[in-house]
Amino acid sequence: MTLKVEDKLLRIICLLTAAAVLIAAGGIAFADGSGDPAAVKSENGEYFDKQGNPTYKIQSDGTVDWYTYSGYRRYHSECHVCHGPDGMGSSYAPALKDSLKTMSYGDFLSIVASGRKNVNTAQENVMPAFGDNPNVACHMDDIYVYLRARANDALGRVRPAKHEDKSPAYTAAEDSCMGTKH
Amino acid sequence: MRKVLLATGLGAIAALAAGSAVANDELTRMSQNPAEWVMPAGDYAGTRYSKLKQINASNVGKLQVAWTFSTGVLRGHEGGPLIIGNTMYVHTPFPNKVYALDLSNENKILWSYEPKQDPNVIPVMCCDTVNRGLAYSDGKIFLHQADDKLVALNAKNGNVEWTAVNGDPSKGQTGTSAPLVIKDKVLVGTSGGEFGVQCSMTAYSVKDGKQVWKAYSEGPDEQILVDPEKTTALGKPVGKDSSLKTWEGDQWKIGGGCTWGWISYDPSLDLVYYGSGNPSTWNPRQRPGDNKWSMTVFARNPDTGMAKWVYQMTPHDEWDYDGVNEMILTDQSIDGRPRKLLTHFDRNGLAYTLDRVNGELLVAEKFDPKVNWTTGVDMNKNSPTYGRPKVVDQYSTDKQGEDHNVKGICPAALGTKDEQPAAYSPETQLFYVPTNHVCMDYEPFKVSYTAGQPYVGATLSMYPPPGETHMGNFIAWDGKTGKIVWSNKEQFSVWSGALATAGGVVFYGTLEGYLKAVDAKTGKELYKFKTPSGIIGNVTTYEHNGKQYIAVLSGVGGWAGIGLAAGLTDPTAGLGAVGGYAALKNYTSLGGVLTVFALPQQ
Repeated sequence: MTLKVEDKLLRIICLLTAAAVLIAAGGIAFADGSGDPAAVKSENGEYFDKQGNPTYKIQSDGTVDWYTYSGYRRYHSECHVCHGPDGMGSSYAPALKDSLKTMSYGDFLSIVASGRKNVNTAQENVMPAFGDNPNVACHMDDIYVYLRARANDALGRVRPAKHEDKSPAYTAAEDSCMGTKH
Repeated sequence: MRKVLLATGLGAIAALAAGSAVANDELTRMSQNPAEWVMPAGDYAGTRYSKLKQINASNVGKLQVAWTFSTGVLRGHEGGPLIIGNTMYVHTPFPNKVYALDLSNENKILWSYEPKQDPNVIPVMCCDTVNRGLAYSDGKIFLHQADDKLVALNAKNGNVEWTAVNGDPSKGQTGTSAPLVIKDKVLVGTSGGEFGVQCSMTAYSVKDGKQVWKAYSEGPDEQILVDPEKTTALGKPVGKDSSLKTWEGDQWKIGGGCTWGWISYDPSLDLVYYGSGNPSTWNPRQRPGDNKWSMTVFARNPDTGMAKWVYQMTPHDEWDYDGVNEMILTDQSIDGRPRKLLTHFDRNGLAYTLDRVNGELLVAEKFDPKVNWTTGVDMNKNSPTYGRPKVVDQYSTDKQGEDHNVKGICPAALGTKDEQPAAYSPETQLFYVPTNHVCMDYEPFKVSYTAGQPYVGATLSMYPPPGETHMGNFIAWDGKTGKIVWSNKEQFSVWSGALATAGGVVFYGTLEGYLKAVDAKTGKELYKFKTPSGIIGNVTTYEHNGKQYIAVLSGVGGWAGIGLAAGLTDPTAGLGAVGGYAALKNYTSLGGVLTVFALPQQ
């Protein structure tokens, strides 16, 4: 199982490099920290913007892509005890729906994987490293996509009512990453 | 010098030989002097009641701020100060500073202490870096640090006398609770129910910090300190492996049952009382069985830790209804018969009154009429489900299953009441209870365990009960009959510990930051003052130079700072209703301040 998480991290590092290159080459009008969130292509139920960053896809009837829905659930299990419901922040951790307006996908992955400390005389804010926690590490894109939708006001403070199905490829990747046996 | 040391040593040995009751006698005597406040709840019975009555129902409206003190810390401030002689001891959340203030010299800082702790402990504390206060005995102040170390400080100068390591924060074990000194031992619990910790209550020697006993909430009999024949549950012996039989495989090793609430003690019965928290994970499907003894009231011998009786309130928890809230010990008559009672307002929305001698269940009633997950507790002694709550299938997150969002469960995971302790007045024979009035949607799903990482496994959203806009009530409760006597609505959860006084006044704080005084008989509001930040601390009273003071810590945070800072989700928003519910951040901001009140000079 440890190996699986490491695989996932390796993939994240590759993505980080790719994202950095893309951003350097880009220079387009940014809508959030990763650029224009419009989905231009999809692969196994995951949508990507034109720079290749994961993004959300919300249909006119409110149906959300699987990642947005899954991210909603994972966020409210793993993240909300500090960052508050719906990415709204708490009395001691920032509102991620605002943070993602300026934070890139690459920075998001690296902070979630490695953690971050902001300890000074006025405050002690510490985010742990989640790289070894499969509940988070295996669902980084899900959480990112959900928060990206929140940051762009594409999704309100609600549980998504309707969502696309989980793709077989997603199930296989999740099981492999989480070490789940069937 | 050596002679002096030797003499001191001999003195200590003599004190020890005189019997282990020395410290107990000192504390019991001190707790009977209403001028002081020498333990977290004011007395061993956990009543939070004071005999002081200079401030009373007819003059409390004239209350004024006498002095204030900034703690210099921004996180959530739970608990309240101790007053020992002329000194007040104030604690803070992480970094767990302690201040000794000289009440006889314009509240000057006599000494302050700040431990060096690894900041990595911060994110393994579930819901803010709170600390619920200090304990005192034998010239020492006991501090339970965030990193789960118990430290004894010299009450005169703040020097560290000893340090005991109670748990390992890298595995998610942290310290938030206030210790309690009983005789020559200091008892301390552990937090970490959201990190899969096998939690325990531990007793250390007041003298040198050596561990005397450790009683886990779940595990083999020798770890949980029960006697299969002599320890009883609802009058019957618990039998062999009473905990192990209720877990699948080794799950008890990451079973939670944390002990982060309050501790009470009855010197005449020589029994200590406390509750255990939720079983880990929040996904009930992943841990079949009753998960004993999570969610349990324990009565233990303070010298050995051996349990005399246990009562599990919420077998196989499906909603995170920790059983850690305070146990208030009262002597009252039921059906004309004087009884030694224990009353407990549980997160699950039921208020329990038990006979504290033997753990007999006398009353179990809802203390918020909105509670809907159960139709009540089976009180039939001949029933196979005697003492168990009857769970409504519609609200059973286990029955509905993983990946199913169960809607409209009342109360929410933060309970009809959380750690904020209630008070009891022997004059009115009423309990004064700060409550939450919040419901939730709860969706369990599969999670895997990693040491030191959150082990939650459920998504939830919280909101006021349908059709209502207030999220808290402050109620008066009759524990003998299990009935609400009066109830005051509050816009937000009441997350502050109450204080009852002989002046016929009851005090509590609100999340907006008000200190409020109400009439003990009627609940009528007599006074309010808005302190610098939201109040999640407990109200304390003391007397100095003949004057009565009321003290409270403000400093919003804690779980209230998570769920309410942003405002709760509006369950009807998706249906097109207008507006959401008010966000706490529109009313108050961070900052730890002690505010002390008194009547104006005549």
